[in-house]
Amino acid sequence: MQIFLPIAEVSVNAFLLLGIGGLVGFLSGLFGVGGGFLITPLLFFIGIPPAIAVATGANQVVASSVSGVLAQLKRKAVDFRMGAVLLAGGLVGSTIGVFVFARLTAAGQVDLLVQLSYVLFLGFIGLTMFAESARAILRANKPGAPVRRAHTHNWVHGLPFKMKFRASGLYISVLPPLAVGALVGFLAAIMGVGGGFIMVPAMIYLLGMPTKVVIGTSLFQIIFVTAFTTLMHAVTANTVDMMLAVLLILGGVVGAQLGAIFGAKLRAEQLRILLSLLVLAVAGKIALDLLLRPEELYSVMPGVLP
Amino acid sequence: MIRLAAVLLALLLPAAAIAQESIVAGLSQNRVSITADFDGSEILIYGAVKRDAPAPGGAPLHVIVTVEGPSTPLIVRRKERQFGIWINRDSVEIDRAPSFYAVATTGFLNDILSETENLRHQITIPRAIRAVGAVDQAADAPEFIEALLRIRTEEDRYRLAERTVHFTESTLFRADVILPANLTEGPYRVRIFLTREGKVVDHIERRINVRKEGLERWLTTLSREQPLIYGFLSLFIAVAAGWGASSAFRLIRR
Repeated sequence: MQIFLPIAEVSVNAFLLLGIGGLVGFLSGLFGVGGGFLITPLLFFIGIPPAIAVATGANQVVASSVSGVLAQLKRKAVDFRMGAVLLAGGLVGSTIGVFVFARLTAAGQVDLLVQLSYVLFLGFIGLTMFAESARAILRANKPGAPVRRAHTHNWVHGLPFKMKFRASGLYISVLPPLAVGALVGFLAAIMGVGGGFIMVPAMIYLLGMPTKVVIGTSLFQIIFVTAFTTLMHAVTANTVDMMLAVLLILGGVVGAQLGAIFGAKLRAEQLRILLSLLVLAVAGKIALDLLLRPEELYSVMPGVLP
Repeated sequence: MIRLAAVLLALLLPAAAIAQESIVAGLSQNRVSITADFDGSEILIYGAVKRDAPAPGGAPLHVIVTVEGPSTPLIVRRKERQFGIWINRDSVEIDRAPSFYAVATTGFLNDILSETENLRHQITIPRAIRAVGAVDQAADAPEFIEALLRIRTEEDRYRLAERTVHFTESTLFRADVILPANLTEGPYRVRIFLTREGKVVDHIERRINVRKEGLERWLTTLSREQPLIYGFLSLFIAVAAGWGASSAFRLIRR
């Protein structure tokens, strides 16, 4: 069944969109990530204009994060105070991101920015996660090897403006969480992602937060950052396609719940290594697009209306 | 005196006969509604040649039909390899290019339309693109325009269909033009030309209004006129769907 998307002005098969939403939702439920980093490239691939894919992707992440955070709230695994600090940084980062996105769209370099960010961040996170889980699996097979401590004292603990985060059991400066929040907010705006895949490692290794509150807190603040990003894109560029969003969300929320049920049956290290391979595959595909000579060197963009 | 009149009449008659060939035409529809399930549309353009005198012999009559969507300015960019990766470098601004342009004819355009007439009426696809300042922006500006034609032809936005207009007895004609699913809103201009020996004998113009309707219309208007409300509505749907799915599955699992 073909459906005409009013803002994107393209006609796409509705079941294809439901399928993409469902598949990405399943993976996001399985691995506990927002899934934005998959949905935006997939939308590019089926011919949705980049600006609309990014803005609508952010809207879709709101839905999957709400779905995810409710389960975490039940387990009291959300640090609201830390979430608020991250969010404050996130709103600043997102505002800058939307502004940069609009400027680069005008200069014709937005695709490059989005692609480079994907290769850089997905590549880095994928490799780190792969190495980490490979080590964990090796360690599990070889008992007696030294275990690395997650919570160590480093330069982060010497910064001023300290604050107590009771739910996380931390007494640290607000500067690192603000910076992490801003970086993730910036990425959310230019990549159409929630940024959970950067937020989660940063919370564990940089801020030293206990693992049990990490996913809940990250989802909590991602809801607000991506909601803000969606609004900014809608107001500054009219690029949110509600019809597209509804179809992706419908597929996505159902897929996410199924993924979560399925994920509970797999071991954590196996999940992480699978996720890292998926992340690396996406990064590799986009890197190839940049490196290989494209079939069509020219591209057509609508200019400014008189 | 009578002889002189007869000579004058003989001289005038062929010219008068040509001038008296005119087009009578109609469209199967003069509005196209883009609704949520819009999947392209077929327009039937039909008509006849009206004559006050018998058709003059000699060169046959030909019909050219063009359908043109709303024009917009465009930017064409070219990728170049820099620092090992392919990035957009040079660009050329096009003043106006139609979002859709289809040409259907009864014969090969080279044979039935002279270059001067094409220049005057802007009939062929390259003539529909206006890029006056393009040459100043890049040394190889024509390549950019060629690329625009190539890309839009591949997208099925520009289409040249020679010898697809049915023309019966040099009098009745019909052309079917398929409008693709990816249609831009606005007035579409339909032009019909009658040519003989490369010269345009008569031409007429009709209009088709392409408009989003229903939900499509409502969403587009809301997103442009009330973007903040539109944004909040999108968020509301997202939050409601996320919450709904998680509570529905909790019920199922119990």
